[in-house]
Amino acid sequence: MSHIEHPPKSGSEPKETEHYKRHTISILVENKFGAFNRIAGMFAAKGYNIDSLSVGPTEEEDVSRMTIVTRGDDQIIEQITKQLNKLIDTLKVVDLTFENFVDRELVLVKVQTTQSTRPEIMQIAEIFRAKIVDISPRSVTLESTGSQQKVDAIIKMLKPFGIKELARTGRVALKREFQGEV
Amino acid sequence: MSTQKATGTQKQGRMMTGAEIFVRSLVAEGVEVVFGYPGGATIGIYDALVDLSDIKHVLVRHEQGATHAAEGYAKATGKPGVVLVTSGPGATNTVTGIADAFMDSIPIVVFTGQVSLPLIGNDAFQEADIVGITRPITKHNYLVRDVKELAKTVKEAFYIASTGRPGPVLVDLPKDVMAHKTTFHYPESVEVRSYKPVVEGHPKQIKKAAEVISTAKRPVLYVGGGAIQSNAAPELRKLAETLQCPVTTTLHGLGAFPENSPLAMGMLGMHGTWYSNVAVSYCDVLIAVGARFDDRVTGKVEAFAAEAQKIHIDIDPSAISKNVKVDVPIVGDVKRVLKQLNEMVQRLDTKDWLATIQQWKKEHPLRYRSGDAIRAQYVIQKLGEITGGDAIVVTDVGQHQMWTAQFFKWIHPRSHITSGGLGTMGFSLPAAMGASFGRKDLPVISISGDGGFQMNSQEMATVVEHKLPMKIFVINNGFLGMVRQWQELFWRRRYSHVGLSNPNFVKLAEAYGCTAYRVEHSSDVEDVIRKALAHKDGPVFVEFVVEQEDNVYPMIPSGQTVNEILDMPDPVLKPSNGVPEESLMTVVKG
Ligand SMILES: Cc1cc2nc3c(=O)[nH]c(=O)nc-3n(C[C@H](O)[C@H](O)[C@H](O)COP(=O)(O)OP(=O)(O)OC[C@H]3O[C@@H](n4cnc5c(N)ncnc54)[C@H](O)[C@@H]3O)c2cc1C
Ligand SMILES: Cc1ncc(C[n+]2csc(CCOP(=O)(O)OP(=O)(O)O)c2C)c(N)n1
Repeated sequence: MSHIEHPPKSGSEPKETEHYKRHTISILVENKFGAFNRIAGMFAAKGYNIDSLSVGPTEEEDVSRMTIVTRGDDQIIEQITKQLNKLIDTLKVVDLTFENFVDRELVLVKVQTTQSTRPEIMQIAEIFRAKIVDISPRSVTLESTGSQQKVDAIIKMLKPFGIKELARTGRVALKREFQGEV
Repeated sequence: MSTQKATGTQKQGRMMTGAEIFVRSLVAEGVEVVFGYPGGATIGIYDALVDLSDIKHVLVRHEQGATHAAEGYAKATGKPGVVLVTSGPGATNTVTGIADAFMDSIPIVVFTGQVSLPLIGNDAFQEADIVGITRPITKHNYLVRDVKELAKTVKEAFYIASTGRPGPVLVDLPKDVMAHKTTFHYPESVEVRSYKPVVEGHPKQIKKAAEVISTAKRPVLYVGGGAIQSNAAPELRKLAETLQCPVTTTLHGLGAFPENSPLAMGMLGMHGTWYSNVAVSYCDVLIAVGARFDDRVTGKVEAFAAEAQKIHIDIDPSAISKNVKVDVPIVGDVKRVLKQLNEMVQRLDTKDWLATIQQWKKEHPLRYRSGDAIRAQYVIQKLGEITGGDAIVVTDVGQHQMWTAQFFKWIHPRSHITSGGLGTMGFSLPAAMGASFGRKDLPVISISGDGGFQMNSQEMATVVEHKLPMKIFVINNGFLGMVRQWQELFWRRRYSHVGLSNPNFVKLAEAYGCTAYRVEHSSDVEDVIRKALAHKDGPVFVEFVVEQEDNVYPMIPSGQTVNEILDMPDPVLKPSNGVPEESLMTVVKG
């Protein structure tokens, strides 16, 4: 079929399939005024999804890395990478989905506590190797790092206690050098 | 563009203001003409212009006019057009022209004044975040924060605008930065490490294309604006003639291939010729050359050249497989790729295919009715015949635009200039003005509808002031014709706000100081066109009062296929006194 199907830009989200899936795209950009806006704006203007986006400095002073998790079929992902490359400040675009990569996300969760629930929450923290970073008579704040699944899991475990506030960084990722499993 | 004129470099070493550095940078860049309008934020720059006469500054009458003029200049000359406006309203007035240049890949560089750095973000007087506003409609834009960066930024702006897929670049110049001082050095060249357009096609892909072409029995070349931007007309002609391959062009490709060649089929798409659209739908190999599969060309994408293996040459990787998936993508500059491809291909046996197309041309020519009441098509056809195609024709948007594309015989690249992608009414007059500043070798003719002319008619003052030898034609049908046509054909002729109550155009033109004629009978058309072309002393304006409710045919309704093509209904030519009042005129491309 030579015609390219664009998914509906609004409404219900199609299910992940072999051709429609989540992609982690790593972008190195010149650390210049407006570079971030240009990328975020391109996604908005073209109606592409952003599941998460993180930006930060790299080992090179004038270069930033953005990690974007997006969804789409092969054609859309191809257009996304082409459009990213087309932006003048973009140095490199890698779709990590086709590589072996490490990814991490950090979450801070402030959970309601009572005297009776605190031990249980501490236990969950221990199992997930999460840190307690703040504590008050009525809450504890946990910090957890890991893959997206792990972060999802700890949030799910903590939910029944009552989550007061939550902050996630979104995924950061790097390609593995050693292409075996660690 | 980096011809270093003496004034550009001689004063190096001395401390200069940003304003002076800016103007000297333009000189060093080889800029001949700037279209601009001053204001508070650019007053320092305008002061620097007083002492540097190497640059011609054209005072437009509205900043939108400046951007279209820069586009017209760029399209006619191949060199980037330059705009200089003040902050706030001056900057926002350029937005339509910038969007237009973005859609049609036209190299222009727009310099906007900005409030001083410490005031940015404070809702200062005449502050607008023009960098933010234009981010999605520029190829790139800059805010200059340090006078030391100024010369390099100007160089980069011209480089980015005019290389790769060309496009508009905006540079925002804060007022205080223009007053800060440093020494001036204009770089000879620039290196932008994150921007490396690919111009050389991949040899493997070119070879693959040659193989696919060698199997073709019914090939078609589908040629777009990229072929003109790449100055590839000679290479294209060689390819078409070697292969004996018929050629159709997009609206922006008109002129890339001479329409007096038997291989020419004219324009394709919504208002393209019947035979070019049918040929595309029957072809087995489609060679897309610097064309972007726009929806006005493809109609329903599933049905566009559905049988064909598709080869696509484009300098912009993101243009490839965007709307239609292609089999052999080649990223590169058209001229270079065609040169290499020409080495690898041989004549194809297309005799039967060409004969079929010849038959289609006979059966389905472009048609219009002609009588005493003037038909726009007749005006255009006569203009084409009288000039022999030796003219630069700049159209506006609407019916007259399509009729010009159809009925003028296009021979030369850069002889057709129009707003295609954005479809901006009001484009023609200022764009023709820009073309006229850039090209003295050919007559420049602006053609507008009565609606679009009034969207930038203020530029009549600029045209007259500079005594530009332009021909300004208004095709007056008393309607917003193209919208009226849609209402007639698809909205049961319920006309809603498409009738125009117009000024007296001839008096208006005369008020600006322009020679002006009105033509109301077919029999006068030729004479007036000749008179207008012979007029050498400044601009001349001609209003053609034409049939009010005529339609552009053929037409493939939006999103449909060649099967739904609407051709002109067969006219009933009623004889009065035994002689029909109207006759049927036909025109064939190629
Ligand atoms: C009322 C109206 C009706 C219209 N009807 C039609 C119609 O019937 N038919 C029609 O064709 N159009 C029509 N248009 C115009 C249409 O909207 C598009 O603007 C036009 O079809 C696009 O032309 P193009 O494909 O040549 O691309 P352009 O917009 O000219 O783009 C050029 C392409 O070439 C590439 N390129 C640029 N430089 C180079 C280079 N050096 N080397 C390689 N590639 C390069 C670019 O990346 C781009 O992909 C109409 C417009 C209006 C307003
Ligand atoms: C700035 C702008 N506004 C609205 C339109 C929508 N539009 C497209 S064609 C057209 C009618 C143009 O009428 P006219 O200039 O008289 O030319 P004609 O079609 O009659 O030749 C309109 C309103 C447009 N293309 N541009």
